[in-house]
Amino acid sequence: MPNPGSGEPVLRVRGLRKSYGDKVVLDDVDLDVARHDVICLIGSSGSGKSTLLRCLNLLEVVDDGVIELDGQEISDPRVDVRAVRSRMGMVFQAYNLFPHLTVLDNCTLAPRKVHGRSRRDAEARARELLERFGLADKADAHPDRLSGGQQQRVALVRALCPDPEVLLLDEITAALDPELVGEVLTIVGDLARAGTTMLLATHEMAFAREVATKVCFLDGGRVLEQGPPAEIFAAPREERTRQFLRRVLPA
Amino acid sequence: MTEAWTPSPREVERRAVRRRRRWLGTLGATALVLLAFTVVAVAVTSSPGWPRVRETFFNGEHARESFPAIADGFWLNVQLFTICEVLILALALSVALARTARSPWLAPLRVVAVVYTDLFRGIPTILLVLMFGFGMPALQLQGLPNSGFFWAGVALVASYGAYVAEVFRAGIDSIHPSQITSAQALGLGRGQTMRHIVLPQAVRRVVPPLLNDFISLQKDTALVSAVAVFDGVYAARDYTAYHFNYTPFTVAAVFFVVLTVPLTRFADWLQRRSMERERAGAL
Repeated sequence: MPNPGSGEPVLRVRGLRKSYGDKVVLDDVDLDVARHDVICLIGSSGSGKSTLLRCLNLLEVVDDGVIELDGQEISDPRVDVRAVRSRMGMVFQAYNLFPHLTVLDNCTLAPRKVHGRSRRDAEARARELLERFGLADKADAHPDRLSGGQQQRVALVRALCPDPEVLLLDEITAALDPELVGEVLTIVGDLARAGTTMLLATHEMAFAREVATKVCFLDGGRVLEQGPPAEIFAAPREERTRQFLRRVLPA
Repeated sequence: MTEAWTPSPREVERRAVRRRRRWLGTLGATALVLLAFTVVAVAVTSSPGWPRVRETFFNGEHARESFPAIADGFWLNVQLFTICEVLILALALSVALARTARSPWLAPLRVVAVVYTDLFRGIPTILLVLMFGFGMPALQLQGLPNSGFFWAGVALVASYGAYVAEVFRAGIDSIHPSQITSAQALGLGRGQTMRHIVLPQAVRRVVPPLLNDFISLQKDTALVSAVAVFDGVYAARDYTAYHFNYTPFTVAAVFFVVLTVPLTRFADWLQRRSMERERAGAL
């Protein structure tokens, strides 16, 4: 198993700030993501987890602070946004699959159009991943033929096909039936154990405790506390963290 | 979080970069536009026939002389457009509702609506204007005006009503079935569901294409000149027939542009606003 948390950070965030009008959503956020890290962002709704992920993928223009990917500042306005995004994968809460494309086409679109791979290579890679995630027979179906859990697994495959350096997962089980949450989390767990670098916003505390190398508790746009899951869940330092965990963890 | 926040030097620098890029973008765009216009202007004015064209289409004196008559005629276009617009909306909405009606009692109405849209969308508007404008007065119907203005207006309403009805129907069909289901679950009837749930959303959604059709209608009021109604275009043609100079056509064209541009901008603005609203919902 790869050794997490060592070496130069893949993503390095310093003093990140983002506001919408008067509302400050992220306030002076620092974060390091090392290769093979699995970082879980926890916190109540509106604490800034999703916005942080969107900022990292340059879907939002930050108001201040610096984001570095492999040592290169990507919060610089002169940076090639598409090149940066092509090195990250993102999965959204509502799957956001393209309904007019088949599962296979959803997965091969970016490899073919952005990464310039041949259709044959892209399809071979997509089929391999679909097979691994138990979706081999769905390759030619359209997304609306699939269950929520299957759609979210396709979204994961779509994000993984271009072999991103970092995977950003934005509450990817929040829209799923409790029954279907498991099948998606199993896959994410497998990816984590295989050494995929991941940053995920989640409400699944048991999952975070099991797979995370680091847990960050966000509150009011700040990273209030971070550390290994054993520490955060067993002995949180901050009173706010304790309050939050009391509400979300079964007694 | 009462402490005041001041942007870091890095952020200040970034803002300067963004500002400079925006400024360069504006500058580049302006330069390109000017260049394009200059090229077109030079190409047109240096063509061998330009002096002749300028004389026949852009003669200041003829423009001044024909202006009052065209302005009078154009007032008729504006009236026609305003009246037709209201009637078209009413007719089109009724036809769209008739087409979406499911009750067996309304089946004949549905058939009429389908035949109407098929027929009137299929016939070129200019032919409708000619047939109504010349044919209907010849019937000498009692109690109805015999003027070409009236019947040309009817032709426009009939033609555009069919188009706009389809726009409304597309809007109604675009409302997700879950909306209807939840209205029914609350005990609302079909009519109530349509009136309170489907139509308000559908109309909001089709406003941009509706405005597009009305911009088109503004211009098509010029078709009434085909049945000798003294509108702006007919006045221009009248003048050219006596003076052998086409400048009045240019004058009439300017009238139409001045009328349609504000509505076009309004339509653009509405479209952008509804897009922004949808995007805010997706966030």
